[in-house]
Amino acid sequence: MTSNDPEPTLNTDVLVIGGGPAGTWAAIKAAQAGADVVLADKGYTGTSGATASVGTGIWYVDDVPELREAAMASREALGGHLADRDWMARVLDETHARMDELARIQRYPFPVDSDGRQLRGDLQGPEYMRRQRTRVQRLGVRVLDHTPALELLTDTDGVVSGARALDRTTGETVRVQAGAVVLAAGGCAFRSKTLGCDVNTGDGALLAVEAGARLSGMEFSNAYAIAPKGTSLTKTAYYSWATFYRADGSVLDGAGSTRGRSVIAKTLLTEPVYARFDRAAPHEQRAMRKGQPNTFLVFDRLGINPFTDLFEVTLLAEGTVRGTGGVRIADHDCSTDVPGLYAAGDTATRELICGGFTGGGSHNAAWAVSSGSWAGRGAAGFAARRGRPGRALRAAGTAGLRPTGPVTIGHREAVDAVQREILPYDRNYLRHADRLEPALRSLHRTWSAVREGLGADGEELFRAREAAAMVAHGRWMYHAALRRTESRGMHKRTDHPALDPAQHHRLLTGGLDEIWSRPETPRRQLLANGGRAA
Amino acid sequence: MIEIVEPGRCIACDRCVEVCPTRVFDRGADGIPVIARQDSCQTCFQCEAYCPTDALFVAPLVTAVAADSHFRDVTELEGSGLLGGYRRELGWGRGRTLGARTAIGPEYPD
Repeated sequence: MTSNDPEPTLNTDVLVIGGGPAGTWAAIKAAQAGADVVLADKGYTGTSGATASVGTGIWYVDDVPELREAAMASREALGGHLADRDWMARVLDETHARMDELARIQRYPFPVDSDGRQLRGDLQGPEYMRRQRTRVQRLGVRVLDHTPALELLTDTDGVVSGARALDRTTGETVRVQAGAVVLAAGGCAFRSKTLGCDVNTGDGALLAVEAGARLSGMEFSNAYAIAPKGTSLTKTAYYSWATFYRADGSVLDGAGSTRGRSVIAKTLLTEPVYARFDRAAPHEQRAMRKGQPNTFLVFDRLGINPFTDLFEVTLLAEGTVRGTGGVRIADHDCSTDVPGLYAAGDTATRELICGGFTGGGSHNAAWAVSSGSWAGRGAAGFAARRGRPGRALRAAGTAGLRPTGPVTIGHREAVDAVQREILPYDRNYLRHADRLEPALRSLHRTWSAVREGLGADGEELFRAREAAAMVAHGRWMYHAALRRTESRGMHKRTDHPALDPAQHHRLLTGGLDEIWSRPETPRRQLLANGGRAA
Repeated sequence: MIEIVEPGRCIACDRCVEVCPTRVFDRGADGIPVIARQDSCQTCFQCEAYCPTDALFVAPLVTAVAADSHFRDVTELEGSGLLGGYRRELGWGRGRTLGARTAIGPEYPD
C-alpha cells in the first residue's frame, strides 16, 4: 500500500479481535443483541488458538448446590485466595447455559452416559470450533480470516473505536471502525511450540495497554506444560498416570504432573527426564485413547507405546495461556479500564475465578465461554448507546509500527531476545530475584531497541507487532513477579518460598516505556469483599 | 511439521490454504498447494483434519525431518495407516461417526 491510497474501511457496531472460544461467543452474543459484528482472527476462525487444536475439559458443574459449592471451594487455596465467589458463581451459571446452547443450537455431539444423559465436561477442540464458526456465520457476522489486528483506534475522548488490521492474503492494511471492541486474542505463549499457540503472542494485552488499559495478575504467568521432547504435544492431563525416570531407568523421586513439576524442571537443567504412563489400567488406557485422540496421534506416529515405553519429556512455556494474568476486568460486562474496550478469554485476567493458578482447560475454557458472552453483550450495548464513532480517530499503536529512529532490529532478533529470557526454567519457572532482575533489565534493553528501531512493511508488519507484544509481555510478567515477594498460586519464588499474608491482594501492572506494578486493593477490602482467606 | 502434500490425492480445494492458522501454504501454479512457509508450521494437525482426501501429512516433530525420513514416504504412511489417521479419529468424512460422540476419557486419579 502506498501512503496515498485511502485505506479500505469497514464500519460496524462491534469488532471482535480473535476467533477462538471467547471471540466466537462474543460475536454470537453481540449479534444476537442486534449489533452488526465483524470478527477478525490472525489465523482462521475455527482452527486458530489454544482450544481448536486440542481437547479441553470445561468447568461445567451440574446445577446442584452441593456440587457447585465443592467446585468453588476446591480451587480457592490453590489460587492463593485471590478468586471471587461471586464471579465463580456467575461463570458456573453462564457456562451451564452456554453448553446447553452449544448442544441445542450448534448441535455439538456431546457423548452420553449409559442413562442417555449428555456428558458435558469435555470438548473436542476441532469439533467445537468448527461449529462455533458455522454459528457465527449463520448470525451474519462478517468473518475476516488471516487478518491480524495491528493497533486500536481511539476517538478524541479516548474511547476505543475500532482497529487497523493486516489482510495477510493481500499484504494490505484494513481499517475497521466500530462502536466498541472486544479483545479476545488469547494469551502469550512466546512461540514455545505449545500446541496450537504460535498465534498467541500477547497481542491483546499490548493493544489494550496502548489504549490505556491496566493488567492484573501478570506474575501468574509461569505455567510450563509437559511434552514428549521434540513435539508440540502439551497435553498434560494423562501424566497423572505417569512415572518419571532418569536416563539410567531409576525413578525420579518427587516428580509428578501436578505438585512435582518443579522437580522435573530442576532435573531438566542438568539431565534428561523420561516418562511412562505405567499407572494406567487397561480399561483406563482404552478410555485415554477415546478421550484425547490427538495425544495418541503423536505417540502412534513416533512409534511409541506410552504405556510400556519410556519417552523423553520436556517442559514448554505457556506464559499467560495457562497462566491467569491479563487485561484487568472492570465490571461484570467484561469492560476494561478504557471506555469502548472489552476483554475476554485468555486476553483477560482469569484471577476472578481461579486466582493465581489454573491448570489450563477447565477454568480457562469456562472463562472463555462466559467472559466472551458477557463481553459480546456488553460491547453491543455500549455500541448501541454510543452510535458509530466520528471521523477523527487516532491510531494507538507504538512499538513495531512506529519506530522512533531508523530501523535497526528485525522481528526475529527481537523474538530470540525475549525467548532467551522467558523460556528457560531457571528464570521463569524457578523464580529468584538474582535471575529475574537481570532478565528484566535485558528485556528493557530489548524494548528500547524495539521501540526505537523495529519496523516492517507489508505482511511483515504483524510479525513486528507480535515481537513487540512478546517483549512487552515479558517485561510486565517479570516486573510483577519481582514485585510479589512471596509464593502464591503458581508464582513460586525460590527466594521467598512462603505465602505472605500481607500480600493477599491482586497486583496491577501497566505502562509501556515505564512499567509499574502496585496492589489493587488493601488486603482488608478484599477480605470484606468475600475473599474468604484461610 | 507439515511434510507432505500428495499431488495424486489432492483435489485442489484450497481448504488447507484457508484453514492453516499460520498460513503455511500457498496455492501453486497448478492449483496444488505448496508448503511455502514450513518454518511457520506449529504442528497443530488442523490442515490434516480439514483435508477431504487425506493428501496431507504432518510429522509429529516441531522441526523438519530429513528428505529420506519415513515421514516423507507416502506409500509407507498409507500402508501403516498413519496417513489420514487424525481425520479417522475425529470421525470427519463421509460415513464416519463423530469422535466427539464417544470421547469419554478415564476417571482421573486423585
